[in-house]
Amino acid sequence: MAITSRGFSGRRTPADVKLPPGQYLTTDFPVLSAGPTPRTALDKWEFTIDDGTDVLRRWDWKSFRELPAETITVDIHCVTRWSKLGTTWEGVSLDTLFKGIKTDAEYAMARSYGDYTTNLPLEDLMNKQAWIAFGFDDDDLAPEHGGPARLLVPHLYLWKSAKWVRGITLMHEDQPGFWESLGYHDYGDPWKEQRYQGD
Amino acid sequence: MWRVGTVIDLHDETSTARTITLEVPDWPGHVAGQHVDVRLTAPDGYSAARSYSIASAPNSEKRVEITVERLPDGEVSPYLTQELAVGDRLELRGPIGGWFVWRTEQTEAIQLIAGGSGMAPLMAMIRSRTAFGNTAPFRLLYSVREPEAILYRDELEKLSNQDRTMMLAYAYTRVAPREWPRPPGRIDAALIAEATWPSKLGPTCYVCGPTPFVEIAASLLSACGNRSEKIKTERFGPTGGKK
Repeated sequence: MAITSRGFSGRRTPADVKLPPGQYLTTDFPVLSAGPTPRTALDKWEFTIDDGTDVLRRWDWKSFRELPAETITVDIHCVTRWSKLGTTWEGVSLDTLFKGIKTDAEYAMARSYGDYTTNLPLEDLMNKQAWIAFGFDDDDLAPEHGGPARLLVPHLYLWKSAKWVRGITLMHEDQPGFWESLGYHDYGDPWKEQRYQGD
Repeated sequence: MWRVGTVIDLHDETSTARTITLEVPDWPGHVAGQHVDVRLTAPDGYSAARSYSIASAPNSEKRVEITVERLPDGEVSPYLTQELAVGDRLELRGPIGGWFVWRTEQTEAIQLIAGGSGMAPLMAMIRSRTAFGNTAPFRLLYSVREPEAILYRDELEKLSNQDRTMMLAYAYTRVAPREWPRPPGRIDAALIAEATWPSKLGPTCYVCGPTPFVEIAASLLSACGNRSEKIKTERFGPTGGKK
């Protein structure tokens, strides 16, 4: 039973807005990163998919941007408790990037410039659930928000949407990524409030 | 999961920031740099939670201090800085976080850079170092709007006067004290060169503050040759710039 805070009434979100438990609405776009913002020149940028041994696919910026892109409008939820509704991104679906890859791996590790990593079940990246986003609000994706390109997996807490993404490694066994090995939840479903290990 | 703390002291640090001292009987201990989630609940069950850095050193008294900056349009911070009274109980969760932390076993040179109320977790590091008799060389560069906005001012002055391995430098963005050598303004490369450890010393850097401040400070540290894995950042608030 929660303790009642004497004299607190709060500022509620409108009744027609449904947020995951423990989240509040923001119209800003806060930034969370563990270190300096990496700057990768577009002519040095690449994105690869590998199986831990071999590189299965490789794109440079030009060939990546020639892939069919989609406009995605989604709600995003950060583990630090803000949610932002109706954000509009431009990106390439992971279904497009994984086309023709046959694997029995069940997990994936997203890898970033700046050495950030985050783990996800591979099925959470498939079937129109995940994109490599390069645009936000009709503009290029800003570096502090993960530009030139970031993973976007809006149905999980936003730390799973790795900024500055440079590749995905397929794994047969789940391994924790950066925040997951520092006490954050392995899966991170905002609707189940899976913030920290043990939630 | 939620622990209950009782407010045992309230202290106004500045006109907008208040330090809240809680006694938490089942507190498991913490490491400097970690944060807690604080939850408020209205009589009808509506609740709101926010994260606050712990400002106190680990201690045996099960005490946790947080410093809350009042945001004009905030939901939780006005309550914590204006309504909360000694004797009230608060729910909190934590300690949380294992990256932006300083452990008392660390012996390398430490560079702290704070912007505004980003000082709180860095204060926990400074207080831990003192409490545990650690002598790692510490250097703090603290950027504030004006002299009146400095948190923990007396304690910082006292520490840096007593301890030559704890170096302190202020930078002012809007109003500087009279005859201050540097005109008010954002931190820049010259200031970083003057007021931080040379990168060849291999310091671990902790940078905490509003997002635009941290972006600038972290990239200036990188430009001076500090390796990015040695620069740990904690950002809060909106980006400030264009979306």
